Amino acid sequence: MTTDTTTKGTTPDATTPGTPILDARGVTMRFGGLTAVRGVDLTVNSGEIVGLIGPNGAGKTTFFNCLTGLYVPTEGEVRYKGQVLPPKPFKVTAAGIARTFQNIRLFANMTVLENVLVGRHTRTKEGLWSALLRGPGFHRAEAASRARAMELLEFVGLAHKANHLSRNLPYGEQRKLEIARALASEPGLLLLDEPTAGMNPQETRATEELVFAIRDMGIAILVIEHDMRFIMNLCDRVAVLVQGEKLIEGDSVTVQRDERVIAAYLGEPFEGAPGAEEAAEVESAEAHAKAEAQAESAKAEAKTEAQAESAENTTDAASDRSTTDAAPGKENDR
Amino acid sequence: MTTQTTASNTPSTTTAAAAPKGLIGIPENIGRALATAGGALSVASTFLAWTWTPAFPGDLTVYGYPGGLQVLVLVGGALTALFGLASYGVKGLRWLAPAGANSSLKLAALGTFATAWYTVIAISVKLGGLVNLEPGGWIVAVVTLAAVLGAFSLPFERPEAEHHDADGTGWDRFRHGVRHQAAVLRAALAGGEPSAPARKLPSYAEILIIVAVLAAGLTVFTYGIGTEYDELFIGFLITAGFGFAALFKAGLITRIAAITARHSTVTMIGAFVAAAAFPFTQSDDQYATIGVYILIFATVALGLNVVVGLAGLLDLGYVAFLGVGAYTAALVSGSPSSPLSIQLPFWASALIGAVVSMVFGVLIGAPTLRLRGDYLAIVTLGFGEIFRIALLNTDGTSGPDITNGSNGISSIPNLNILGFDFGQEHTILGFTIGRFANYFLLMLLITLVVVVVFRRSSDSRIGRAWIAVREDETAARAMGINGFRVKLIAFALGATLAGLAGTVQAHVTYTVTPEQYMFAHVVPPNSAFLLAAVVLGGMGTISGPLVGAALLYLIPAKLQFLGDYQLLAFGLALVLLMRFRPEGLIANRRRQLEFHEDTEAPAVLSKAGV
Repeated sequence: MTTDTTTKGTTPDATTPGTPILDARGVTMRFGGLTAVRGVDLTVNSGEIVGLIGPNGAGKTTFFNCLTGLYVPTEGEVRYKGQVLPPKPFKVTAAGIARTFQNIRLFANMTVLENVLVGRHTRTKEGLWSALLRGPGFHRAEAASRARAMELLEFVGLAHKANHLSRNLPYGEQRKLEIARALASEPGLLLLDEPTAGMNPQETRATEELVFAIRDMGIAILVIEHDMRFIMNLCDRVAVLVQGEKLIEGDSVTVQRDERVIAAYLGEPFEGAPGAEEAAEVESAEAHAKAEAQAESAKAEAKTEAQAESAENTTDAASDRSTTDAAPGKENDR
Repeated sequence: MTTQTTASNTPSTTTAAAAPKGLIGIPENIGRALATAGGALSVASTFLAWTWTPAFPGDLTVYGYPGGLQVLVLVGGALTALFGLASYGVKGLRWLAPAGANSSLKLAALGTFATAWYTVIAISVKLGGLVNLEPGGWIVAVVTLAAVLGAFSLPFERPEAEHHDADGTGWDRFRHGVRHQAAVLRAALAGGEPSAPARKLPSYAEILIIVAVLAAGLTVFTYGIGTEYDELFIGFLITAGFGFAALFKAGLITRIAAITARHSTVTMIGAFVAAAAFPFTQSDDQYATIGVYILIFATVALGLNVVVGLAGLLDLGYVAFLGVGAYTAALVSGSPSSPLSIQLPFWASALIGAVVSMVFGVLIGAPTLRLRGDYLAIVTLGFGEIFRIALLNTDGTSGPDITNGSNGISSIPNLNILGFDFGQEHTILGFTIGRFANYFLLMLLITLVVVVVFRRSSDSRIGRAWIAVREDETAARAMGINGFRVKLIAFALGATLAGLAGTVQAHVTYTVTPEQYMFAHVVPPNSAFLLAAVVLGGMGTISGPLVGAALLYLIPAKLQFLGDYQLLAFGLALVLLMRFRPEGLIANRRRQLEFHEDTEAPAVLSKAGV
């Protein structure tokens, strides 16, 4: 992967980590009487991966939409490299912020390659006349776009599927394609909205590698995610949104230890909550029950339910992945 | 048609036979021989007399010379016999059916049968009784029936009967039975996969194949346009429909599509040469008239395809832009009823017509394209009506005198380009071509322009942006596409192309009146028919709207006897088509992939359809 086309310096180390790329100040978003986001400040520095977490409905995606111009914030301003962002999504993309969507929004009936080519839209200029007259400039630009798009597909590992319809890709590859499409616009900042939702652990790890590789290209990343292990491995800093307000911001350890985060994110632990031993016990019981006759199965199911309940209330958020990647509402809507 | 559905009852009730069986219980080898011989014999029978009196049109009374509907049966029979031989694996005929000849044989036999029986029944009904049939008529009826029975006794993979609950109501059981029968029937006609990959041919051979295909296409089209009476046209539709289906099931169409895709420029040029040859095949101007109207219709439909097929904007008032172009050209044509007493040369009026149309497109599009979906459709529908009513009212009494109200602008003079008078007959290379043939050739140039514009714009940055906006506007905006701007470009481009076609239309029709540009009207082009041509032909393709427009023009023009039921039949046909082939007659390769996920991805998908 060459880095010459990225908008920033060649290596992240070259840029001082203190340079803010994105600077959101006092962003507030109201829908009628409902305040979805209230006075959020967030800075993303160059070469940094910043995580944004919070329970469902905390306003994370709304905040994202404010950053990308899909919504115009009621109050506050967002600056990208010192410039106030224009309130139009396509201008934001042209300025250098690219995003992916929580529920994948690919152009389903276009091929994989065409999807990435659409991402090149802001970095090419050929209009209708150039397309109709087909001068040498048109062919050159088209060839360059294709070459760059293939490079990006190579980067995410989809080059061999360039001519498939994107709707026919498996789920994980659709996520990758969305990232490739976002990268095609040569962003300085990439916003990922739940990039590992619905992925299995192997796919999640692959995505982790991919995000690191993108960071190494010199692109700052802001990521929303529910998978705690993913976030804690990945992020230099984590901000926590709760009910539209920023609760805390800091490195992963600080956030992980914070009592308020745990309370807000996972609920108050109740008296006599089952610990890890109990969970293991339930699990072994379940395994045992499976070996038993059919009649036992109903009982085992009840136990599984008990386990799920206990998992929700477990305070050990970071250590047990399976406890925290549950975002059932989000996963059902696609 | 009814015979084979009833016949299918018997074997499907006695299912679960291990070996694949046919729908009809004749042994396979006998059936195959029967089908092949039936095809050959039906060819022979067309040389006999079918009826005794020339009261039935088409010279069916002569021995030794097929005429009228007999020619169609001859073609069908020949096709059946050829597929029959190919299904035997005869060496020289293997190319005919790369995907297996069985289902093609069935379809060809069915088509021949339908045409022959239609003829026989039409003779009996028209002349009053079976006594009017000569022995030839009886023979053809029997041999085609034998061919169908033989063909449907060929074995096929029978679908598993779905399990259904025993305590369903009688209606449920009935529905289940019907569904199973339909599945069996579909399986009986299902084509196979090509057994071997296409042999590599040298490119000159491929180009020769393209030329042959185009020549065949021109012949079929010319024959269809030239059919002189209803029975012949219906027979033509039956034979052509089944013949095309048979060729498709044989895998031949797919092969040809692959070849034309490899030589798309050659194909395009060839198609236009073939189209330009059309007036020279006609002895009088009558069919060139139909030709030029089809071309106008098809060109405007293709322009609409930019708006609907590529950018996904449902425009229900598109014909208004054709009207803008036509009225503009009429106003500057030097017509005595035009308030402007100037006569501009054609290039100038075409340019002005296109530009004025584009201006209207931008004026209409700028405020409305911020709307999405249904709202845009309603607004454009309204605009179409506003345009027509404005034309009616600018007659000097209710408004300024510009358009002459409902009388329209009449006596538009013929075009004269560089001394070539379009109103006169000309003799070129020994062929005499009349007024409409002249305009046909001019219109063909406009069509060429529109085709090139469509092809080039769809395969470019802007074309991809249109498709992206159509697919998901929010995502497209997030990818840096100014949705409003690209939609406006598509809308204005569509308007410009329609306006350009309109400038020629004004001269072809002599008169422009507001009634020509209504939303729905019996005669195409109008907004409803244009949209139907695009949807029926296939959205997002080049040949789709052309084929759709040709069919939608020819069928009402040829089937005059339907009279007031034309629109009803049209609506029914559209509903059925959308039910059974939602991607249109000619599917975009993109859409084909959408419907058949397993098929191998073609190498060049980014090009717009064939």
